[in-house]
Amino acid sequence: MEESRLPAEDDRFPNLSSTDSATTFLARGITKVYRMGEVDVQALRGVDLDLLPGEFVVILGPSGSGKSTLLNILGGLDVPSSGSVFYRDHELTHADEDELTLYRRRHVGFVFQFYNLVAGLTARENVSIVTDIAVDPLDVDDALRLVNLFERKDHYPAQLSGGEQQRVAIARAIAKRPDVLLCDEPTGALDVKTGIVVLDAIARCNAELGTLTVVITHNATIADMADRVVHLSDGMIASIDHNTAKKPAHELVW
Amino acid sequence: MLTLDRLLFSDIRRMLGQGLAICAVLACGVATFVMSTSTHRSLEIMCRRYYRDYRFADVFAQLKRAPNQLRVRLSEIPGVDDVETRAVREVILDIPGMVEPATGRLVSIPDDPQQGLNAIHLRRGRFPDPARRGEVVASELFAEAHRLGPGSTLDVIMGGRKQRLRIVGIGLSPEYIYAMQPGSFLPDDRRFGILWMPYRQMAAAFNMEGAFNDLSLTLQPRASEQDVLFHVDRLTKPYGSRGAYGRDEQPSHRRVTDELLQLRSMSVVMPMIFLVVTAFLFNLVLSRIVHHQQDQIATLRAFGYSSREIGLHYFKLLLVFVVLGVVCGTAVGIWLARGMTSNFAQFFRFPIVTYVIAWDQVAFALLLSLATAVAGGISALRRAMRLPPAVAMRPESPAHYHASLIERIGLGGFVTPVGLMVFRRLERNLRSTALSVLGMALGVAILVLGSFFEDTIDYVMEMMFQRAQRQDVTLTFNESASAHAVHDVRHLPGVLDVEPFRATPVRLRNGRRTKRLSLMGLEPQPRLFRLLDRNEHVVSLADRGLTISEKLAEVLDVKTGDRVEVEFLEGGHENRMVRVSSIFPDFTEPAAYLNRRELHRLLNEGERLSGAFISVDSRYVTDLHAEVKQTPAVAGITVTTAAKESFQQTIAENLRRMRTVNAIFASIIAFGVIYNCALITLAERSRDLATLRIMGFTRREVSTVLLGELAVITLASLPVGLPLGYWLSHLTTVVMDTETHRVPLVIHRATYAYATCMILATATISALIVRRMLDKLDLIAVLKVKE
Repeated sequence: MEESRLPAEDDRFPNLSSTDSATTFLARGITKVYRMGEVDVQALRGVDLDLLPGEFVVILGPSGSGKSTLLNILGGLDVPSSGSVFYRDHELTHADEDELTLYRRRHVGFVFQFYNLVAGLTARENVSIVTDIAVDPLDVDDALRLVNLFERKDHYPAQLSGGEQQRVAIARAIAKRPDVLLCDEPTGALDVKTGIVVLDAIARCNAELGTLTVVITHNATIADMADRVVHLSDGMIASIDHNTAKKPAHELVW
Repeated sequence: MLTLDRLLFSDIRRMLGQGLAICAVLACGVATFVMSTSTHRSLEIMCRRYYRDYRFADVFAQLKRAPNQLRVRLSEIPGVDDVETRAVREVILDIPGMVEPATGRLVSIPDDPQQGLNAIHLRRGRFPDPARRGEVVASELFAEAHRLGPGSTLDVIMGGRKQRLRIVGIGLSPEYIYAMQPGSFLPDDRRFGILWMPYRQMAAAFNMEGAFNDLSLTLQPRASEQDVLFHVDRLTKPYGSRGAYGRDEQPSHRRVTDELLQLRSMSVVMPMIFLVVTAFLFNLVLSRIVHHQQDQIATLRAFGYSSREIGLHYFKLLLVFVVLGVVCGTAVGIWLARGMTSNFAQFFRFPIVTYVIAWDQVAFALLLSLATAVAGGISALRRAMRLPPAVAMRPESPAHYHASLIERIGLGGFVTPVGLMVFRRLERNLRSTALSVLGMALGVAILVLGSFFEDTIDYVMEMMFQRAQRQDVTLTFNESASAHAVHDVRHLPGVLDVEPFRATPVRLRNGRRTKRLSLMGLEPQPRLFRLLDRNEHVVSLADRGLTISEKLAEVLDVKTGDRVEVEFLEGGHENRMVRVSSIFPDFTEPAAYLNRRELHRLLNEGERLSGAFISVDSRYVTDLHAEVKQTPAVAGITVTTAAKESFQQTIAENLRRMRTVNAIFASIIAFGVIYNCALITLAERSRDLATLRIMGFTRREVSTVLLGELAVITLASLPVGLPLGYWLSHLTTVVMDTETHRVPLVIHRATYAYATCMILATATISALIVRRMLDKLDLIAVLKVKE
């Protein structure tokens, strides 16, 4: 948790903190095969993708289309079986475990479908566990205010509704001021109304903090909020749409 | 406080029950360790102070009679600091109300009893007035055994006359911390005591004016004991010296040293068992937690916590319980050490009781416990650190089950589905099943270990007193007597059989190894005092060789057929080379025996006898004792059954306590293992169990799944635990092997049965507690909660 215990970041990611790069992510020909139980799963079969700073991107596809795998690779949770991924000027594909940890620590915020809050910690503590290790984090309370949950900061996850839990998870993800916010089916476990509140929170962060935001979902309606929509099918990009007019979350209907 | 540390507290709260169960096991180990090391340290310090403050001598010698002038020459030996010469005599005491006579050792004290070596610590009363006849200070334990105090009187046979002694004080001496009658191997405070009497009075009574027969001296720092012994022998040999010896052969010091050594050995086996169980439990519990918290670990990793930080988090979790266990264990250990130290102080009678806590050993215990916890938890720690975050984010694929062994060997049809669930899970989690079985097995082993001592002591008692030494009474003569003495003894009332013996002090030598002892000459085919070989057959002393105990063979490093040099310490005899003709197992002091006639031949003497073993018609015992009390020629008497009874009384209490403590220890282990297994199973099985409940199984049926596993683990631990107990008992006998006593490994079937029943009972009680917990759980709720 202290800075000194981690390798000096600037030695290994000399360009990570600069913002002059045109693309945030540059992925070329990535494939991923992993074993699940006793079966080999071909999750990605050659994906090329560029993501730009400040963009709101929705990756759309049915379950099993490889979207979670793609997200894991972008987030430095996993490495592709082949192909290359660059975050700004740095190639993630060849980063070792320590470098990936550092990458996630400095630049990435995650929101998971099932929130993954720590049951034994309050809302506030669930956020501060991340700000503890961040360089220039938001104030924890501000992060909670951003998702309209400041009043519930001392509640434990079990005392919060699903939507509230997910908003805590968003606060947690953005509190470190990440360069990238990766959301894996953020509304997948929520009803429509709550889902909209959550999406609104995500859109606000994207707009106010200028964070590149990637949301994966199988819900096509959400695509209306995005700058760009990437259609994924069977481990490959089927098409990419540009939205000329983004809809705000509260206008979405599904 | 960092949030991760707050998470630590929440984790601690969540595993509190399991953690405390592990703490209890660890605390037991730490407590036994701290107890034995601290008691050892306290006794060592007390002993050292006692020796220093009361000037316990470094070198000792007994001789026949030497003029007091010799003292000056002795003090001139280079390296000698101070010399003390005394008159020492053993006498028969006639104590009112006691049928059999007791033996008293009269020891002279100088006019100023505060001066000189081996000084007396006066507990009550005063020192005797050198000018008054018959005043003595009595040793405390002996006085207590007879409720004697200042003002009491004792009748003794002194110098052929009966005399009345008056006790004016009660005292202690570093020379007699462990007061034992020569030739007996158990202390018996009723039948043996020390009486300190002014030199003038003793000299008058025993015709020792201007002379002494007992010598002790202290050495200057850095003096060579070997050289001093050599010079003392040279100067005292003409006066019938039996050979000078150092502290390491002083009977009381040796026994005390051996007791300390055995105490030390206690700090090995027991703590080791507890630590091993602790390691097992940490392994089980931490693996479970890490598995259970995969999501949490993955989330933290996803947010950029490094694997080192994750590892550190779980290490801290271990650390908390280790520190708690060590703190509790140390507190209990210190408390036990206090009790044990005062017990020892009561037994040994130290003038000042000091309680010392061996803090360095406490620190060592902490380090050892930490190492144990890490050894136990390392695989789980490593798994937590290496957990790939992405894999953990994916849904867990269903655990891979297959047909259990029972089904594969074709017995599946006889087992209910619930039974199959039990067997399949146990087999699938083979490693954790094995660890649980081993943990329980150690509980079984502790029960065997805690009880085998009784079997061993029964065996030793039977071997020594019923098979080997069958005499009822051993008489020792004042001076070596002629063959007539046997005739006289035979005519004592009730005497059925008499077997005379000759004992003479010798130093046995093989190269650089030597041992000073009393060489006994026995009848060629003894009927009363017999030596038994491994197969319990009587060893014949018909030939001319030496028969020695296994311990002596070990000390001298000789085997059957080797020759050893015998240096006769009494009289001016030559050294002889004698062959070792047989070696027999023995449990006490190193001993050597020879055919009596052969001993006479080597000593160039006629039939001179030192004493006799006799068997007595029980109806005439009282008459015999009355007669012996009147016999000046008899210096000492040992009554076998009395010694045995007194020993059994002392030891029975100790054994009972040991058994209880071990039963508690075993219960803690059994509960620790069962409780942890149950909780782990419950955590892994909650969905299955809930599903069963929804399908209509009763609580009772559902709990059989859980309790069935515990039953299988308990039953499987028996065939492992009983041999393990045997092996640990064996290990104990090895660590407890000292020169003055050894423990053979004897374990009766009843002891195994006891261990089995105890562990089954403990397991049942633990299971009932688990069952109660299970009843309180709303199993179905598990399914309502979304993962």
